[in-house]
Amino acid sequence: MTNNPNPENKKTDQKLSPIRMLNKWVNGEELPMEEKDFELHLDMKETNHPVLTVRDRARKFRKVYVVFSICICVALISIMMIATIQMPPFGEVDVPTNNEVSEKYIEDGLTDTGSANIVAGMILDYRAFDTLGESTVLFIAVNAVIILLKRDPDNPDLSEEAQDRREELIAQSKPNVILKIMASVLIPFILLYGAYVVLNGHISPGGGFSGGAIMGGALILFASSYGFKKVSTFFNFKTFTGITSTALLVYACSKAYSFFTGANHLESFIPKGIPGAILSGGLILPLNICVGMIVACTMYGFYSLFSRGDI
Amino acid sequence: MSHVLPFVFNFPSFSILMTLMGGMVTPFIRNGRVAQKINFGIITVVGVMNAILFGTLIAQGGDGTYTYMMGHFPAPWGNELRAGPLEAFLATCFCLVMALSILGGLKDIYEDVRPKKQYLYFLMMNLLLASLLALIYTNDLFNAYVFIEINTIAACAIVMIKSSGETTVATIRYFIMSCIGSGLFLFATSMLYNITGELLMSSIQEKVIAIYQNGDYAIPLTIIIGMMVCAVAIKSAVWPFHSWLPNAHGSSTSSSSAILSGLVLKGYLILLMKLCYRMYTPQIMSELRINDVIIVFGIAGMIIGSIKALKEHHIKRMIAYSSVAQIGYIFMGIGLGTDIGMMAAFYHMLAHAFTKPMLFLAAGSLVHRAGHKYEIKALKGSARENPLAGIAFTVGSLSMIGIPCFAGFVPKVFFSTAAFQCGDWWRLTIVLIALAVSTVLNALYYLPACVHIWSPKKEEVVHHGHADAHGHDAHGHEEAITEHAPEAMEVHEEHEHPKRPLGISFIASMVIFIASNFALGLAFTPISEILKIGVSLLG
Repeated sequence: MTNNPNPENKKTDQKLSPIRMLNKWVNGEELPMEEKDFELHLDMKETNHPVLTVRDRARKFRKVYVVFSICICVALISIMMIATIQMPPFGEVDVPTNNEVSEKYIEDGLTDTGSANIVAGMILDYRAFDTLGESTVLFIAVNAVIILLKRDPDNPDLSEEAQDRREELIAQSKPNVILKIMASVLIPFILLYGAYVVLNGHISPGGGFSGGAIMGGALILFASSYGFKKVSTFFNFKTFTGITSTALLVYACSKAYSFFTGANHLESFIPKGIPGAILSGGLILPLNICVGMIVACTMYGFYSLFSRGDI
Repeated sequence: MSHVLPFVFNFPSFSILMTLMGGMVTPFIRNGRVAQKINFGIITVVGVMNAILFGTLIAQGGDGTYTYMMGHFPAPWGNELRAGPLEAFLATCFCLVMALSILGGLKDIYEDVRPKKQYLYFLMMNLLLASLLALIYTNDLFNAYVFIEINTIAACAIVMIKSSGETTVATIRYFIMSCIGSGLFLFATSMLYNITGELLMSSIQEKVIAIYQNGDYAIPLTIIIGMMVCAVAIKSAVWPFHSWLPNAHGSSTSSSSAILSGLVLKGYLILLMKLCYRMYTPQIMSELRINDVIIVFGIAGMIIGSIKALKEHHIKRMIAYSSVAQIGYIFMGIGLGTDIGMMAAFYHMLAHAFTKPMLFLAAGSLVHRAGHKYEIKALKGSARENPLAGIAFTVGSLSMIGIPCFAGFVPKVFFSTAAFQCGDWWRLTIVLIALAVSTVLNALYYLPACVHIWSPKKEEVVHHGHADAHGHDAHGHEEAITEHAPEAMEVHEEHEHPKRPLGISFIASMVIFIASNFALGLAFTPISEILKIGVSLLG
């Protein structure tokens, strides 16, 4: 069915006047999409009939695309330039951004949140709802990638089997001694540094997002030097979903408590501690740990899903 | 500071957090059916909570809005929600539409989505509802942006989850366009922060009025408003930016199509209306001539969307193009710049939210009954085998055309009233002409579809050779469109598809949809009163 020659379709396409072709292009896709348009035609040489793929269409309208995109880009750039010239200068004293909002963050941040790092106090206490949303963005993004790329181990297709074989071959082939030894030396330090950045997020610059990215980098290094099989002995799909969901749930529940008490003007039972101590800043330390775990898992999850379709 | 809020006032925050947590719990379940039950439970609870909140706010009367601190710090420093009767009413309606859309397409979901990934569908649904509720309730511009991101990814994921080549291509288009929209919104937000120094909508309003009056940053302000309107226009598929919509809505599973066109497009439009009233004020919008641009694009969308739908022979893509036209109506209402125009836009939003999901679900059921053929001609006689879906499709079509007694009629009356009130002869003329032309065009593509599904099935339609010949004598004006339809013949191979019975969930969903359609069409006085109060409290 898919290899049916379809001369009619082709003919009607060629007959169109340029204006109608332009109209079709402007309106996206007018012809009904067919399954075969989306298939990769790897065996083009064997089939001698012309099949109009999406790529062929793109080639046909190439000049129009180029001209239009250049025009649009120039227009947008000039609009943005005009706007930027008239904007208030950056870093001056009397600019609108230098108002009572940032003043309070700087002056009262330490006493309000108990965190020596004002940025951590801002994102995890003053505007914690935004950060909850941002963490959810990571969570939903990794789940969307799971929808797209996670393969079904019960019925693998040809390319997935080939991928498995390739992985096995790599595992059996001569070991990358230098990479492995260097990785085994570096990974503990990277993990330690990542943990330090996360745990000290409320005291020094850093926090969950940056520390989590460092730890995720360590996991990726481990996976690329020792292979995904080794990683999956201690970190598989179950632990992945367990850690991300639990961390997010802890975040959401603790913040739900704080939103509820805050809005109803109730006293919160979470001590703020002495600013500068490791156990200070109220909820900021546990929230940083949660965010760090989510970010580390998400980083590794993206890498693993994109390279082999599984975690 | 010592007063304690009534417990009911916590409900907006509870409903957002609850839906978010529902999404976070779902990965532990890994079973589509259980996940669906949890999702349904959450939607029900959230809907009831918002209905109670709405009742309370209406009972209070007068100034029924309040702000809700998200955390221990008041608004310019912390995040803030703002709820009024309109917000609570819209949230209730959104929960209802989402629950009905999922129920109505449940069997399609279980058929189209791989069993191991079904739980992810409901995860996305939970987070989608959370983002929609947050867009309705939020009073903070950056917070709105964060939830726009969640909304974008969730909306793309529920298209993609059908995992066919068509949906993948549609998702890529949708995602690229959506990202351009998000990017414009983020740019505009940061520029606005640069010239006002605020992110809270109410504080921005004060600053914007001051800036507008002393004329410091006139050009950046105009560009910012233009960029935000553009961002929302891309996200909600207003005419020049609509090219992603027909593929995304036409190829996904019925529930996804229903929710995408019924709710996702509306979330952004509500955000635009909030921006218009709460940040830029209608007066500045009309003095900067932004309203004129909005009205022109809205009207162009109304006409061009209908013409594209008229040329379409794939039933779901036809309904999808009709969404472009209906979003054009809402944009036109916003562009009129009067309170009654805005009220009409809200009413049309509700009418469309209750009609379009019903059309998609009914079309999905009819298509299934006709053996997975999407050609309108191939659906002949399907409504006779599946009368409930046929009735729902007909009611939806009549409502979209704007027949009295159905939901779609009332907003058209309000649109023309608004046009008469705005006192501008050219606006009055083009709005009335556009309404008339677009109504006729709507009738031109919806009525043939209704006739097709109800007309008796003739045997020769099934055979390949006779299909075209039969179409020629019976329906002349549709022939021009179907010239590119050779693939319609190929679908016949799986003609002997086992007919599944209508589920109780589909029946319930269709009946409630039809009932609410009539309710919107007949009981328009109380609803428009609510919307009027809501619009007056929006600013």
